[in-house]
Amino acid sequence: MFPELNNLLNITPDRAEQGKLTLLCDAKTDGSFLVHHFLSFYLKANCKVCFVALIQSFSHYNIVGQKLGVSLTLARERGQLVFLEGLKSSTDVFFQAHEEPHPLQFLREASPGNLQPLFEFVREALKPVDNGEAAWRCPVLLVDDLSLLLSLGVGAVAVLDFVHYCRATVCWELKVSILCLMQGNVVVLVHDSGDAEDEENDILLNGLSHQSHLILRTEGLATGFCRDVHGQLRILWRRPSQPTAQRDRSLTYQYKIQDKNVSFFAKGMSPAVL
Amino acid sequence: MAAAATCGSGAGSTACMASAASKSNVTSFQRRGPRASGTDSGGPRLVSIAGTRPSVRNGQLLVSTGLPALDQLLGGGLAVGTVLLIEEDKYNIYSPLLFKYFLAEGIISGHTLLVASAKEDPADILQELPAPLLNDNYKKELDEDVYNHKIPESNVKMKIAWRYQLLPKMEQIGPVSSSRFGHYYDASKRIPQELIEASKWHGFFLPKKISSPLKVEPCSLTHGYLKLLQFIQNIIYEEGFDGSNPQKKQKNILRIGIQNLGSPLWGDDICCTENCDNSHSLTKFLYLLRGLLRTSLSACIITMPAHLIQNKAIIARVTNLSDTVVGLESFIGSEKETNPLYKDYHGLIHIRQIPRLNNLICDESDVKDLAFKLKKKLFTIEWVQDNYLRQERNIYPPGFSYLLKQKDSAWGEGSLQHSTFLMSFLAKATAFASRLVRHGEPLKQTGSGRIRQAAGPGLWHDGRRQEAPGFLGIPP
Repeated sequence: MFPELNNLLNITPDRAEQGKLTLLCDAKTDGSFLVHHFLSFYLKANCKVCFVALIQSFSHYNIVGQKLGVSLTLARERGQLVFLEGLKSSTDVFFQAHEEPHPLQFLREASPGNLQPLFEFVREALKPVDNGEAAWRCPVLLVDDLSLLLSLGVGAVAVLDFVHYCRATVCWELKVSILCLMQGNVVVLVHDSGDAEDEENDILLNGLSHQSHLILRTEGLATGFCRDVHGQLRILWRRPSQPTAQRDRSLTYQYKIQDKNVSFFAKGMSPAVL
Repeated sequence: MAAAATCGSGAGSTACMASAASKSNVTSFQRRGPRASGTDSGGPRLVSIAGTRPSVRNGQLLVSTGLPALDQLLGGGLAVGTVLLIEEDKYNIYSPLLFKYFLAEGIISGHTLLVASAKEDPADILQELPAPLLNDNYKKELDEDVYNHKIPESNVKMKIAWRYQLLPKMEQIGPVSSSRFGHYYDASKRIPQELIEASKWHGFFLPKKISSPLKVEPCSLTHGYLKLLQFIQNIIYEEGFDGSNPQKKQKNILRIGIQNLGSPLWGDDICCTENCDNSHSLTKFLYLLRGLLRTSLSACIITMPAHLIQNKAIIARVTNLSDTVVGLESFIGSEKETNPLYKDYHGLIHIRQIPRLNNLICDESDVKDLAFKLKKKLFTIEWVQDNYLRQERNIYPPGFSYLLKQKDSAWGEGSLQHSTFLMSFLAKATAFASRLVRHGEPLKQTGSGRIRQAAGPGLWHDGRRQEAPGFLGIPP
């Protein structure tokens, strides 16, 4: 996790917020450093994490995680991390027929299906264990990334349904026997296509922006590539459930990504310019 | 002389893939440095594959693309397990060259090749590969103002007899670090026949493969893509590139080359209509291919006619699914052909995307304005230094480049310095533009609508800016 980003968001691993949907959006740049940040943040905050990693392999996240101070292999062995590696299981599910539905079952279907097997997988992974004492704090679902599901033939509405189901389960599920609110968090990454008129992506992005509590939007600089400023980050705090009596708070920073850290500064205040 | 012909059908072998992926402990993205950090890392023995070298940044295993200049731009080479997507130029003249350089590099390094095409027979493609260039002739061919300072130092003349330099280094007699990474090729000569015959290659020619009946349940992949995917998966499993086959201990790289992917010859209609029936076929294929590559020792080059794809959303999705994306733009038939700045070059090369693998950052090159030229024998890439090019990207216009500290400014949008600068610039620009209008030339609109430029006479004479004041020819 990046300490500067924690300061900007005003969160610490000890006081992680609960019941929130965070939307990570990137336009014309790569916003995957935010995924690494949240992954290491929630692992350090002792939360149970279900990571649906569709775009990169496990070892990629593991190596970057080690730079940020968490070990994914250790977390997976301890049961803190449930990792669905999309790339490795995609060929598996595509070339072989499975009896029980695989989370990536939609890859085999000719017509765009729904993501119910994937949702079942998430629910199973984040179900609170029944042994009484809670080993981990709130459950967290992390998805990298949702725009890829559109490329694989799933409709935008089906993806929105999936996010809705996940939010309902992860953020507010009530158990029948014991009344315990499993207030977890959901963090998803969506690419913004920008000029390319990707209507499905726009539907997905607008739908998610409307229901998320926190939006982190990374953009490339409008003036082009720069070696010292890699992009701009817009942070938007929202309250989707309450009527907006107060305005949503928004902040904008520019950032530079380094080997193990990301430094943030106000616009135009890059150390290279001053 | 074991030239492996086109591989047999792989219908039965898919059943043998039972949990092959789970047993595989060879992924390409393990730390290959001297310290064994990964738990299931293959260890230092995987570093000794011919024709590869570890990246200086993260120890990632790299292979050469066949063009040392392109290797430099991509941060040392193409990472094993990734896809290099080449967006073809308009008339498909230069992208087959890059394709062939990649394959020729594979033959010289002793890698196994897999060539897939719907248009040409792979055997014919292999016949047309360029011949490697001998070391002492190479120095004569190069001009002075090329990427001389960035040529890898492995290009130093070897002190052994010259004809040994030509032999492919397949048997590792000495330490692997002494073998060359990245060779130069002579585009006017053909590769010697004996090198092709000594290499191992598999060909996939779509018209020959498609005649067999389809036995798989219908899915959203077009028939051609499905057969190609099965073929690739079969080769990877049979030859042991993913480490799952206990009989085969493979220590080589599989170089996959797919030509003209997405063209109508593959049965896909994304180049024909905007609202196509199976618009997800290509993206699904790329995703599954990526899954295959990540768990095997292979690298793939794909050329795609991106300029023909009608739906821009698909191009964006394809770019997100590929790791490295390079676009070629040739000057043939475009208005840039008459631009005296480009008179030595044949086109522009755009590095659109470089992957961040095992890392938060990537080795992005600072130079963005690159042009290529194909001389009699060599394909070279050079930096075109031009302030006019910036206008097309809506950065600072000429005359104010002296304010920039480096080639691209560290000033972001919205900063205070930027806005005061912009105000002063706009005041000058209107005066400047009004003076140019008097020459009577039509205003040519570039990049954004705010800044209008006119090509006045005398400005283009000799390609050097002569008359307009405020044009400091000092390169930043």
